[in-house]
Amino acid sequence: MFTKGKKWLLATGFIASSFTSMAHAATELTMYYPVAVGGPLTKVVDGMIAEFEKNNPDIDVKAIYAGNYNDARIKALAALKSGKPAQLSVMFSIDVHELMDLDAIIPFDEVVETEADRKWLQSFYPALMENGRVDDKTWGVPFQRSTIVMYYNKDLFRAAGLDPEQPPKTWDELAAMGKQLTKKDASGNTTQWGAMIPSTGYPYWMFGALTKQNGAVLMNQAGNETYFNQPAVVEALQFWQTLGNEHQIMPKGAIEWGTLRQNFLEQKTAMMWHSTGNLTAVKKNANFDFGVAMLPAKQSLGSPTGGGNFYLFKDSTAQEREAALKLVKFMTSPEQAANWSIATGYMGVSQAAYDTQALQDYVKTFPPAAVARDQLAHATAELSTHQAGRVRKLLDDAIQSALTGSASAQEALDSAQKKAERILKRYR
Amino acid sequence: MSRHSVQAWLLLLPALCLLMAFTYFPTVQTVWRSVFSLGTQPSDFTLENYQFMMEDDVLHQVIVNTALYALFTVPLAIGIALVMALWVNSQMKGRGWLRLAYFTPTVLPMIAVANIWLFFYSPEIGLLNQLLGLFEHRGYNWLGDPDLSLYCLMVITVWKEAGFFMIFYLAALQSLSPELYQAASIEGAGRWTQFRRITFPLLMPTTLFILVNAVLNAFKMVDHLFILTKGGPNNASNLLLYYIYENAFSFFDTAYAASLTLLLLLALVALALLQFGVFERRTHYR
Repeated sequence: MFTKGKKWLLATGFIASSFTSMAHAATELTMYYPVAVGGPLTKVVDGMIAEFEKNNPDIDVKAIYAGNYNDARIKALAALKSGKPAQLSVMFSIDVHELMDLDAIIPFDEVVETEADRKWLQSFYPALMENGRVDDKTWGVPFQRSTIVMYYNKDLFRAAGLDPEQPPKTWDELAAMGKQLTKKDASGNTTQWGAMIPSTGYPYWMFGALTKQNGAVLMNQAGNETYFNQPAVVEALQFWQTLGNEHQIMPKGAIEWGTLRQNFLEQKTAMMWHSTGNLTAVKKNANFDFGVAMLPAKQSLGSPTGGGNFYLFKDSTAQEREAALKLVKFMTSPEQAANWSIATGYMGVSQAAYDTQALQDYVKTFPPAAVARDQLAHATAELSTHQAGRVRKLLDDAIQSALTGSASAQEALDSAQKKAERILKRYR
Repeated sequence: MSRHSVQAWLLLLPALCLLMAFTYFPTVQTVWRSVFSLGTQPSDFTLENYQFMMEDDVLHQVIVNTALYALFTVPLAIGIALVMALWVNSQMKGRGWLRLAYFTPTVLPMIAVANIWLFFYSPEIGLLNQLLGLFEHRGYNWLGDPDLSLYCLMVITVWKEAGFFMIFYLAALQSLSPELYQAASIEGAGRWTQFRRITFPLLMPTTLFILVNAVLNAFKMVDHLFILTKGGPNNASNLLLYYIYENAFSFFDTAYAASLTLLLLLALVALALLQFGVFERRTHYR
């Protein structure tokens, strides 16, 4: 599989490069970007790029859809190694430490020159900058950003005798309402679940919400320490476990990220926790009345931010960097951010985006679109460390082993913390 | 060197160049990487990557998983392929369609297939659980249960592979001489005896060929993991090649990935030697 893939890549790379050398434009930019939630988002990006090129005839942008976040990073880094680097890319906001360790990216502070540019860097929601800022420098500018929100089925709330305008606001309410929303048939099999929190794909992300709600964080800002086995963190995982085994409002075992939306749309679950990036898809496909709410609280409200940031690659000329900055500024401008948010459900990245007429009108006709923004006040950074992939997987494995009942929450998190410690100690 | 052998070497040269560039050179490079780098950084000579293999309990689980995976999928796929081939080789109406039907899974791309199976296996909305629901059974969380997920992947592999192997068996069956069977009938041999004494032994070269392929595929086919389980839950369905991919591309640990690749390579070489060593002697070539 690998050798075949490589040859194919080489061949297409060769063809692609011979084409680009024929085309003539003052500055050429290559940009990779991921789509993590499905839906025709590539068309939206293509449209934005086309408009940028129209306004800037001297810049030629090749925007390449590169799969999910992982794939996008792999492709961007492979391009870097092959000597045909991208000048900018949208990649996972939490890749920042690794990209820095690889010496692949430069901070935006080195590229911005004017006072206006510096002000632009300050214009984004602070919570969205948490994952992009390291050592007092800005390495990532928010683009397709999300938080986790709770989608709930108002029709099922009504049917269970609950107020559809009062979704659960606390963990206790979640469990109590979940019980009312869980339906069993005559033979005792569950036909409708109260709630589902996905535990494949990005379990550490969902867990980040639970820990924030319980007043804990998972790592430090420098990304070289984790706190996986602190009491509040263990408690958060125990609560997640109880939803399945004690309250029985959620199926036991792992819940698949990829099919969860379908479960919600087919009314198999009354509530689901999922990325705001799904909002437009749910809106289009739900044939019932649904609502979107902030996640419930224990100590406080909370959700991690998520999604992709723009990064600038080091291997580029001054002219290319300038053009890349122009593109990033365009893509994150209030008007474009508003369009993007309406088309996808990802949030507008700045207050200015929500001040645009387009987004204001949209929020008025469709209030759920504002939930993610309002939740930002309670948001925290997404798990991001050095060797992020490995550390993330340690936590993912711990969560899954606890949820599937093969270890207690304490055991699982102790072991994850011990292994994370071993990996991270050389970055201190 | 005689003119003859110079000519032979020249004819072999193009293939040899490709093999060098895409097989042997990367192999050597893999060995090199595994002892001269840590993570993505070059280092002095080190055995740290191999030491980590000893301590890495995820790897140990992955090895067990991979062994189980091969142990189940290989005999099952071959057995089913043989039965299907015998079936569609017999004189019957519509056997062309049947052959086509059996071969279809092989033609479909694995990623597409995995996406379809994802919805078969999905609890609540999945086909399998809906079928079980007809019998008042609550169903399973197929891919989300660490005790089931690996076996779910095996089913897909067998389903996908069997049709492919059937084609080889079918070709071999059609080349068997009918006279042997006529002679056997005259001697009064039953159908089972005919199969055991004639068909099966004469199919041995094909079986060996299929066996080698099936074993290789058991180690190579991980495409469906990307869609279905990503090795989860908690590594319950993680396989060696997928683990290598994770290390190289999710963790950026190319050096450890290189060491693991070497492990995979050695395992494959050992298995190939074993198969040829044991079965070759028992195989009857005409």
